[in-house]
Amino acid sequence: MDPECARLLPALCAVLADPRQPVADDTCLEKLLDWFKAVTDAGSSLLLLQENPCLVELLFHVRKPQDLSSRILSFALRLAGTFAAQEDCFQYLQQGELLPGLFGEQGPLGAAAWVAPTVRSGWIQGLRSLAQHPSALLFLADSGAVDTIFSLQGDPSLFVASAAGQLLVHILDLAMRGPAEGRGPAEGRGRLQARDWPACAWRIVCHLEDCLCSEAAPRVTQALHVLTTAFGHCHGLWTQGLWVQLSPLVARLLEKDPVPAPHALVELLLSVARSSVLSSDPGLWETVAQTLSHLSPMQAGPLAAGILKLQDCPQALRIQAFGVLLRPLACVLEAAAQAPGTPGLLEGAAGDQMAVDTLPPSKSVCVGLLCSTLAHLELLQPLPQRPSPWPQAPLLAAAVTILRFCNGSAAPSSELGGHLCAMLVGCVRVQRAALDFLGVLSQGLGPRELVTQVFAVLLEYLVSPDSSPTVLKKAFQATLRWLLGSAVPPSCCDLEPHAQLVLRELLAVLQKRLCSPCWEVRDSGLEFLTQMTRHWGGQATFRQALLASEVPKLASQLLQDPESYVRASAVAAAGQLSSRGLHAAPSSPEHPAGPQKTPLEELLLVLTTDSEGFPRRAAMRVFTEWLRDGHVAVAEDRERFVARVLQAASGDLDWEVRVQGLELALVFLQQLLGACGPGAAPPCALAQALRALCRVQVFEFAFRSLFDCDRPVAQKSCDLLLFLRAKAAPSGSPQEAGESPDVAPVEAALRRWRAGEQGQPLGELAPEAILAVLRSLDLEALRDTLAESSDHVERSPQSLLQDMLATVGVLGDNEADCY
Amino acid sequence: MKLYCLSGHPTLPCNVLKFKSTTIMLDCGLDMTSTLNFLPLPLVQSPRLSSLPGWSLKDGNAFLDKELKECSGHVFVDSVPEFCLPETELIDLSTVDVILISNYHCMMALPYITEHTGFTGTVYATEPTVQIGRLLMEELVNFIERVPKAQSASLWKNKDIQRLLPSPLKDAVEVSTWRRCYTMQEVNSALSKIQLVGYSQKIELFGAVQVTPLSSGYALGSSNWIIQSHYEKVSYVSGSSLLTTHPQPMDQASLKNSDVLILTGLTQIPTANPDGMVGEFCSNLALTVRNGGNVLVPCYPSGVIYDLLECLYQYIDSAGLSSIPFYFISPVANSSLEFSQIFAEWLCHNKQTKVYLPEPPFPHAELIQTNKLKHYPSIHGDFSNDFRQPCVVFTGHPSLRFGDVVHFMELWGKSSLNTVIFTEPDFSYLEALAPYQPLAMKCIYCPIDTRLNFIQVSKLLKEVQPLHVVCPEQYTQPPPAQSHRMDLMVDCQPPAMSYRRAEVLALPFKRRYEKIEIMPELADSLVPMEIKPGISLATVSAVLHTKDNKHVLQPPPRPAQPTGGKKRKRASDDIPDCKVLKPLLSGSIPVDQFVQTLEKHGFSDIKVEDTAKGHIVLLQEAETLIQIEEDSTHIICDDDEVLRVRLRDLVLKFLQKF
Repeated sequence: MDPECARLLPALCAVLADPRQPVADDTCLEKLLDWFKAVTDAGSSLLLLQENPCLVELLFHVRKPQDLSSRILSFALRLAGTFAAQEDCFQYLQQGELLPGLFGEQGPLGAAAWVAPTVRSGWIQGLRSLAQHPSALLFLADSGAVDTIFSLQGDPSLFVASAAGQLLVHILDLAMRGPAEGRGPAEGRGRLQARDWPACAWRIVCHLEDCLCSEAAPRVTQALHVLTTAFGHCHGLWTQGLWVQLSPLVARLLEKDPVPAPHALVELLLSVARSSVLSSDPGLWETVAQTLSHLSPMQAGPLAAGILKLQDCPQALRIQAFGVLLRPLACVLEAAAQAPGTPGLLEGAAGDQMAVDTLPPSKSVCVGLLCSTLAHLELLQPLPQRPSPWPQAPLLAAAVTILRFCNGSAAPSSELGGHLCAMLVGCVRVQRAALDFLGVLSQGLGPRELVTQVFAVLLEYLVSPDSSPTVLKKAFQATLRWLLGSAVPPSCCDLEPHAQLVLRELLAVLQKRLCSPCWEVRDSGLEFLTQMTRHWGGQATFRQALLASEVPKLASQLLQDPESYVRASAVAAAGQLSSRGLHAAPSSPEHPAGPQKTPLEELLLVLTTDSEGFPRRAAMRVFTEWLRDGHVAVAEDRERFVARVLQAASGDLDWEVRVQGLELALVFLQQLLGACGPGAAPPCALAQALRALCRVQVFEFAFRSLFDCDRPVAQKSCDLLLFLRAKAAPSGSPQEAGESPDVAPVEAALRRWRAGEQGQPLGELAPEAILAVLRSLDLEALRDTLAESSDHVERSPQSLLQDMLATVGVLGDNEADCY
Repeated sequence: MKLYCLSGHPTLPCNVLKFKSTTIMLDCGLDMTSTLNFLPLPLVQSPRLSSLPGWSLKDGNAFLDKELKECSGHVFVDSVPEFCLPETELIDLSTVDVILISNYHCMMALPYITEHTGFTGTVYATEPTVQIGRLLMEELVNFIERVPKAQSASLWKNKDIQRLLPSPLKDAVEVSTWRRCYTMQEVNSALSKIQLVGYSQKIELFGAVQVTPLSSGYALGSSNWIIQSHYEKVSYVSGSSLLTTHPQPMDQASLKNSDVLILTGLTQIPTANPDGMVGEFCSNLALTVRNGGNVLVPCYPSGVIYDLLECLYQYIDSAGLSSIPFYFISPVANSSLEFSQIFAEWLCHNKQTKVYLPEPPFPHAELIQTNKLKHYPSIHGDFSNDFRQPCVVFTGHPSLRFGDVVHFMELWGKSSLNTVIFTEPDFSYLEALAPYQPLAMKCIYCPIDTRLNFIQVSKLLKEVQPLHVVCPEQYTQPPPAQSHRMDLMVDCQPPAMSYRRAEVLALPFKRRYEKIEIMPELADSLVPMEIKPGISLATVSAVLHTKDNKHVLQPPPRPAQPTGGKKRKRASDDIPDCKVLKPLLSGSIPVDQFVQTLEKHGFSDIKVEDTAKGHIVLLQEAETLIQIEEDSTHIICDDDEVLRVRLRDLVLKFLQKF
């Protein structure tokens, strides 16, 4: 600890111990604790206490019954725990009977302060820090703390209850690590008999057993949570013994009807199944299989999905789990089937009865079940360990059927189908989930007639006036994925004939959607257009269809949209369309014969005049892309283009636009010097590049940006200048050996900018002067400073202590102001 | 209580409720879909329509060719359009005491009822309903009268001939009751019978029932009605909306605790969500205009048009359509736009508050001020000078059979650049377009019906919990075209009773109580006796006096003097005899104690048997049987009167008398 902090510490302790001096800010106490944690991690706690007796005094002081705030009490408990984590310090504190006074019966436990959840939480966290060594275990056993922790598991505060459970796991781990450690696996296994467990562990295990046998569901849940944490976080061999001991009780839960705490049980089983130590237990898989068959489809879904994500598990169980997961979809297919006996998702399991059992009669539960099933399958699809064979075709059929139920276009003949239809029609949640799932399925394709149905249903959603904006966005995304999937063969970008047919209808829909009064819809429409153009802009069928439609014209009109997000998307679309030569000449009904602007002019207008940041940022992104890809309008006069854009961007109020401007400058620079390969550029090329850079006035922008009040701008500028300096040969090259350029005016300007005077222009610069300035600047140091977080200066412990003292008015400066 | 169903159209109802001694007509809707069978009435001579070929029977018989014309495979009646009236034979309409109108669309048959059936009662409606209803009627009369048609076809209506006609004429129902439009004189006379009411106003009908209009949220001044007596409550729900549009929100709470809820006027397009449709309307409008086409919106002069104009007000600037002219053409366009602004108290809260600001409640005022919206009484006159294309025209009639819309259909129908957007749900757009085929113009169907959908109905019914629901039969099964959509029907417990045209329903509920007043002096003479804590009884001897559906108990006249026994009674003295009444008994007989008492009084050999309704006490020695049940006690003994009286007195000991 530095001497200045040590000097401030007694005053701070006095403030903390004084109930009349409230510490207003909770975060100060947290920061203080973090600091003490860092100090004790780095050195001896005992020494710290001995050198700063005020700390022990503070802890002693807290023990006395008084009106200390619950926050200070909680802080003190955690602080004591932090110190006592080191065994010698623990002994030191024990000598003074300090720890029983804080954590034992005579501490806050029995006092009025215990009512405050923050005190109970501090007590638990203090013990959690303290429980690091065998002495701590003895202390816990003697002080009766374990019983208190048991009772805190049912605490009304969820934070306290959860922390109590975690503390139990921690204690168990600490207790069990002792006996199991240091022995080989075989020997260890022999020692894992329950009777040999340490008393403390044994008590906890007995408590868990009691809970698991309890009739009260909350107690069962508590035990299951503790076990889930134990198997999830502890990987010692002892966990195996614990599982052997408790698994029969867990299995017995399945005999109850209804199964208590099903969600916690699922979590536990998955936690055990993921544990490398336990997953070899065949009994485990049996329990899991039983659980799968006992729980309702809604409860079993997460378990089934979890099992299928496991790398290793018995094949039979995987088949069972997949069956559970697919059941709701199989029922949907069954409900929609026009005639019984239509092949479904699950062979042999179909039937009305199954459907009635699986699909809950309540709308909200049924919707929840379908959404979670679709979400699980969506996550499973891309995984390498997903079930094989993957039933792509029936899944596609199921997704399409669900979407049909949701928009009312399904016409089921069965009663169940009618019921399902009534529940799902117009349900936005299921629509979104099914569209997401359908999108994911595009990676697998499917039989032609099904793909036709997929496009048909997607079009229905895109056309329907009832599709909500979010559903429509998802429908656009799914359509794009299916169109991408339909490209044949993969290397060729051409759309397959079927998709080409869809394309015409899509463009008609898009036309209408771009005129929607709902801005979200116009926005998603434009995004879709941009994506389509990106992928098929070079393809003849697409180009023909697009140019024959009104879409490019409408997209261009949306550059004047009142909503800034839409304008931003319109800018992106215009950029993409123009890159592909598909840009429409603008002619709105207002100005039918107005002068036609080029896309570049239009976007420059957005960059210079738009009042919102999003469209201007979008314009910058488009310009950078154009420069990178060599857009025709750019290639005509690249320097002029860069100069115009930089001029607009450098003065922009939005920092992202300025960053984008520097990015564009970097791309320009890379293009100028890129051909030279890595390392320094040849002097003539460098000189040429520098002259070009000077002409487009990059340097004034870059140097100013070094002192930009927005850090990312300064960082970007640093990167740009560092890149340039790396390309320049080290100083003293023959060309510069002559007279050294006059850099004084530049440095003077830089100094003024650094001081915040922005008015001063840089004026004309010679390339040599620039190189000299670049070399004279310590860009690396600047970059490192910028990389620090913005509060690094204010974050020192000394500043923290000063702040805390200042808020209560103890520091000398403030005293002078007192009468 | 009976319900006479005079209309089969669920959204244009006309029912008569007989409740207590009153006869109340609920709405007076006019089914105008019959006009779809007629040829349009063009404002300007249409060569196409006038040269349509006459229709002849398969055998070539052409005797109907003057009355029926053929157009694109459909047959139309070439005559003045006629409307399908509510049933007039089911009940003598001159006996109707009052007519309750729920909204301006549901009063269009009023002149037929009030002027031609001997009706002498009163019509109740809110002020906006009457004013806008008048505008709708005025427009209708104007549309039809300004293009006089000499010819009136009636031959085809002959039952034997109608059978030979092609569909849909062949299947048209009740053609004999179809009537030509009423005159303005009849309209004025009918409207003069209306008495204006305000929401929540209580109107006494002959002292028997009280009727109250409640806001229904559907249109300006639209109402649902509560019809109640002291112990019965009937709610009439017609054309209600829970969406936030321009009218005052729907009052749901007052519908609670109804014995019967008559449910009519739900949305005609249950699968279309109005918000989505408005979006569709705007998108298609913009798309057409941007391509240089014109947009035609066939509509009524009031109602959804206010909301559409408001949407467009917000939309046109963002869609870059500020320079496109919007025309509203109707004989009552001006009045409609102006009326809407003055009915502040009938508007939604948001619009009401604007009254206190220097701005009108509806933004169409600003559209008019800025010349973006222009209105004209007809296409003749100023309109032809101002007319500029591309443009958007709102005009009637939505049936496309009369009104200025006919002209625009003829004018713009040939170009695929133009679009007709149907927003009114009352007419099938395909049938409306039939006489204009072949049509190059684009047709968009965005029906906007803000009335309750089935989900909202089921929520409403759950909340207000009526004992019985009565609704048109169309609402008790899914639509025929979507028979699997079980969600598109009224779902309630017990299942709703359904009605159809010309049906009489006995409503499933009996009146059990009637309120009776007691005169103060009579009440004064009563001596209540508490028989249970909180319940006191008193016997009353009085004369029940009933007049004007009010019942009063008056003190009985003094009993006639016994001396006058010989005097002959006169008819005027014919008052009920006031005999000395036996005391009333109450309480129950505890069998065990009763047996003990019997034993104490010397009866022996007593047996008690339990029966389903009580007990039988057998006095075997006396050969007597005492049957004790909840509400009666019988002593059965053989002619031993003394024993019977003894036993009776023992029984009476356990009972209270008063």
